[in-house]
Amino acid sequence: MKQVLDFEKPVVELRGKIEELKRLTEDSEMDLSQEIETLEQRLENLEEDVYDRLTPWNRVQLARHPERPTTLDYIQAMFTDFIELHGDRLYGDDEAIVAGIAKYKGMPVTIVGHQRGKDTKENLRRNFGMPHPEGYRKALRMMKQADKFNRPIVCFIDTKGAYPGKAAEERGQSEAIARNLMEMAGLEVPVVCIVIGEGGSGGALALGVGDHIHMLENSTYSVISPEGAAALLWKDSNLAQHAAETMKITSYDLKKLGIIDTVITEIRGGAHRDIEAQAANIDKVLQKSLESLKKLGKDELLEARWKKYKQIGDYTDLPL
Amino acid sequence: MLKDIFNKKRKYASIPSQEGKQEVPEGVMQKCPGCHKIYYRKELERNLNVCPHCGYHHQQNAFERIKSLVEEDSFEEWDKYMVSTNPLGFPEYEAKLEKDRQKSGLNEAVVTGKGMIGNNETAIAVMDARFRMGSMGSVVGEKIANAIEQARKEKLPFIIFTASGGARMQEGVLSLMQMTKTSVAIQRLHADGGLMISVMTHPTTGGVSASFASLGDFNFAEPGALIGFAGRRIIEQTIREKLPDDFQTAEFLLKHGQLDGVIHRHDLKNKLATILNIHKPGGENS
Ligand SMILES: [Zn+2]
Repeated sequence: MKQVLDFEKPVVELRGKIEELKRLTEDSEMDLSQEIETLEQRLENLEEDVYDRLTPWNRVQLARHPERPTTLDYIQAMFTDFIELHGDRLYGDDEAIVAGIAKYKGMPVTIVGHQRGKDTKENLRRNFGMPHPEGYRKALRMMKQADKFNRPIVCFIDTKGAYPGKAAEERGQSEAIARNLMEMAGLEVPVVCIVIGEGGSGGALALGVGDHIHMLENSTYSVISPEGAAALLWKDSNLAQHAAETMKITSYDLKKLGIIDTVITEIRGGAHRDIEAQAANIDKVLQKSLESLKKLGKDELLEARWKKYKQIGDYTDLPL
Repeated sequence: MLKDIFNKKRKYASIPSQEGKQEVPEGVMQKCPGCHKIYYRKELERNLNVCPHCGYHHQQNAFERIKSLVEEDSFEEWDKYMVSTNPLGFPEYEAKLEKDRQKSGLNEAVVTGKGMIGNNETAIAVMDARFRMGSMGSVVGEKIANAIEQARKEKLPFIIFTASGGARMQEGVLSLMQMTKTSVAIQRLHADGGLMISVMTHPTTGGVSASFASLGDFNFAEPGALIGFAGRRIIEQTIREKLPDDFQTAEFLLKHGQLDGVIHRHDLKNKLATILNIHKPGGENS
């Protein structure tokens, strides 16, 4: 049973009613096919109403859905021969980030991604997908290795943010993130970043300097969580829903702002409803990305990356 | 020209600037947060805004910083008229910008350009915490990236003085992406063998600390400067534990291996000039 979000309750209730009627016709001689057909039509309309007109806040809820597919789910669905690799060789192994090598349609690749847990126990082990510096340094180690062996890199972004802790600061959370931004800029292999859940601030960005950036339709990418923004701007975290709109954090917003390349269509009701089908949607976009990027020479690749990021932003000149 | 940024009202003609009155914005006297002594602002300014009694480093604004480091009349400002738009249509953002332009005499939270430090021509970026708390929006990111790129092209060393609360909330994810923009520019500078020195001043936090501030060949800080990624309160709430008083200070970072050094403002110009000299092509003869 999938966890039901508040806004989809009417859909789930109606679907339940239809199921009940169907069971009733099976057990008795009653013919309810007319009623069922009417209700199914109504369900179709209702689903359209709810799922095809999601508010930014609804998308935040979907991006945070406990059953939302994670990096490891997509690795399993889209890649073969995956070997996970551990540790930053400096301090430890941060399980909030998974990294390793694999094949993608026969092509060697390196994969790096944030990793949330699916239950409390796993979440404790993975620190809810919020990395420490050693996580970012592990990621960078794998990316440098990919650079050496000329393997494209695929990054899955899914974090509330870098962990705000004492030890994280002592070990240089800022430096670790900053270094990843800079070093990723110089990688001479194609880098494709896919936001699959929450793209929370600098902690997301540290795996996010790619030649192409794609976002699942119901994922978010933001400088601060809606709750954080509401608290900071209006001193009231209850205004999070409002902040989700004001801060422009949905995939469509980021496409409009010229930051991402593609909005990857999501299964109606959210990626968690059909992981295989969702992976297939991502697969199409990733394949196209890698095919086009592999055609570029190293200099072209780096120059295009610079131009891509240089053009982000909006400003004007003061009239004299 | 240095004179331009200090004196000529005309350059900021479209904003009713208060530059002329900047000498006494908060009164004649100043109380020191370090030793609680009260003294004349003039006395403080003569001492590079360092408390003559306890050594507390008061903030320097961008103009004061440049004046204290760069040879007079050698400063050429870049992107001086670049200003923010309101890309997200954020309520009241324009009014806030306008207010800070008037208050600070700046067009944005960073001043960039080139000038002579000793006998070294140097590209410089100086952030100013009086403007939107030094937060990084599109203009800050663009100006810094342009300055780095210009340094790369002209083969100049690049020095940045950071002072920032982090991201510019009103520009949302565009603000976040300036971390990337500036970092990509720095990668290009480093790849070409360019020299970059970062001097973190109070405060340097969030997205600025997690991008260009940490990416120098040399990362220094001023005494007592607050430097960190996450805010103290958020960390205390998260780990449910009280943090030590010196947490996220320059001295704390030095102790944990995150800085090359903590430099007193009175020594800054000399140390920077020495580093520039050591890296100067043919420096062995000068
Ligand atoms: Zn004092």
